Amino acid sequence: MGCILGSLAGWGQSAKKPVVKKSTSSVSPVISSTNRGKIVYQKFCLSCHQPDGGGVQNLNPPLAGTSGVLGSKTRLIRIVRNGLQEHVELDGEYYSNNMPPFKMLTDQQVADVLTYIRRSFGNKATPVYKNEVAQLTVKKKK
Amino acid sequence: MPGFTARKIIDTSGKARHLSVLPGGLIYVKMARPWQGKGILILRENSQGQATVVDGFSNYGGTGIYVKDKYLYASSNQEVFRYRLGNDNEVLNPDQPERIITGLKMGRQHETKSIVLDNEGNIYVNIGTPTNSCQEKDRQPGSMGIPGCPLLDSSGGIWQFRCDKPDQTYADGIRYATGLRNVVGLDWNTQNNKLFVMQHGRDQLHDLFPALYTQKQSAEVPAECMYMIQKGDNAGFPFIYYDPILKKKIVAPEYGGDGKKEGGKEYIDPVVAFPGHLAPNGLLFYTGSQFPERFRNGAFVAFHGSWNRTPEKQEGYYVVFVPFENGKPSGNWEVFADGFSGVPEVISPRQAQHRPCGLAQGPDGALYVTDDVKGTIYKIEYKQ
Repeated sequence: MGCILGSLAGWGQSAKKPVVKKSTSSVSPVISSTNRGKIVYQKFCLSCHQPDGGGVQNLNPPLAGTSGVLGSKTRLIRIVRNGLQEHVELDGEYYSNNMPPFKMLTDQQVADVLTYIRRSFGNKATPVYKNEVAQLTVKKKK
Repeated sequence: MPGFTARKIIDTSGKARHLSVLPGGLIYVKMARPWQGKGILILRENSQGQATVVDGFSNYGGTGIYVKDKYLYASSNQEVFRYRLGNDNEVLNPDQPERIITGLKMGRQHETKSIVLDNEGNIYVNIGTPTNSCQEKDRQPGSMGIPGCPLLDSSGGIWQFRCDKPDQTYADGIRYATGLRNVVGLDWNTQNNKLFVMQHGRDQLHDLFPALYTQKQSAEVPAECMYMIQKGDNAGFPFIYYDPILKKKIVAPEYGGDGKKEGGKEYIDPVVAFPGHLAPNGLLFYTGSQFPERFRNGAFVAFHGSWNRTPEKQEGYYVVFVPFENGKPSGNWEVFADGFSGVPEVISPRQAQHRPCGLAQGPDGALYVTDDVKGTIYKIEYKQ
């Protein structure tokens, strides 16, 4: 499994940077992405979604074990890019605070932070790659 | 504290918000969302101090509930109803309440309506502002405030209505006080005949204006304020906030503030400034005689507990007491009942097993506290 993910990630990165520095580190691209994503999370997400991804009852949705986080990547990417201002049910609960759009993040940062939340707090979902974010970013612009 | 005991009388498993306790062990509890189809639970407490759910009624969730002069008043997030009570305080027509207020604004945020009555037939309703700080774009870093914050015409304050007139709307009510971001705990002080409210202060100074506030400042500022309200008062939200460290009203960054510039004198000062973000959800002036003399006419405040003090540990999750004399605080506040969270410290709010929300005084002077995580109801008693 790790092997397949690794090769996919390499492919994702190669779209822009043909030469990936592979000499010094044996850390897989997915782990690197997760580590970078943690830094993005701490800066932009943690105050609402909390250090353990537990969210806040009635206000900010949890990320740990949440169907919306483990499910569609497309929806997740759109939420980070556009924010979420609608009153929507999530696993039987409602959360009232508005989430702002994070348009200042690069495609790579969006991929990293989503990979981080999908693979932390007990979550074990697939990573999100930069090209998956880029596809949606392009679609939205036209 | 010596002489005091606290115990759970029931775990309802629903989200218990405010409550009223009546003679004969009768307890009405307002649920945030209908629990098994019932928005108001009827509990009966036995002589051993254990309660059971005996019935329920109403199909709407909400926070506010209050009993006065043989009527039970309860709110959804847009309307207020009242139910006539019988000789034993039983609800006579649970399916046919009088709707006394309708059409109140309800945003996604701060949607709950808390209620209290005075002694002259008026009911006071909180209408929270549907934003954090009235930014052009809510909770977006750097977004400035909407000039004049027009939301204040129909939210961000306390409205006064008559308690006995059907189907009142904004046009029938009076904006009794404005500049209050959101109030969940409120009570009528019968000693000085004034309304007191607890404001939930604004969030995220650092997230939204990182150049002006450190994370640590943002964890501690602004204060959670207790205000004494007179008709026509303006507490200044969203234009100013109260800094509990500087002990001053400071212009909000959305309205040109830099974290230091002082705000308008036209805004009222808090009577008590608590640390930031503790989330006061219940306020009760104690008029009983069971507790020792120094508690008489003082204020209990139930703090739901913070979420936006990261990276500091969270605070609150307790009930505090403020001594009062003649309608004014007469000493410092102190933690009265703690340990609701069940953990030594709360880093993330979901670690808290219980969060205090509503307060009520029983006919014998016991203090009741609700929890809206597991729907636990606590009873605090004093024996010499």
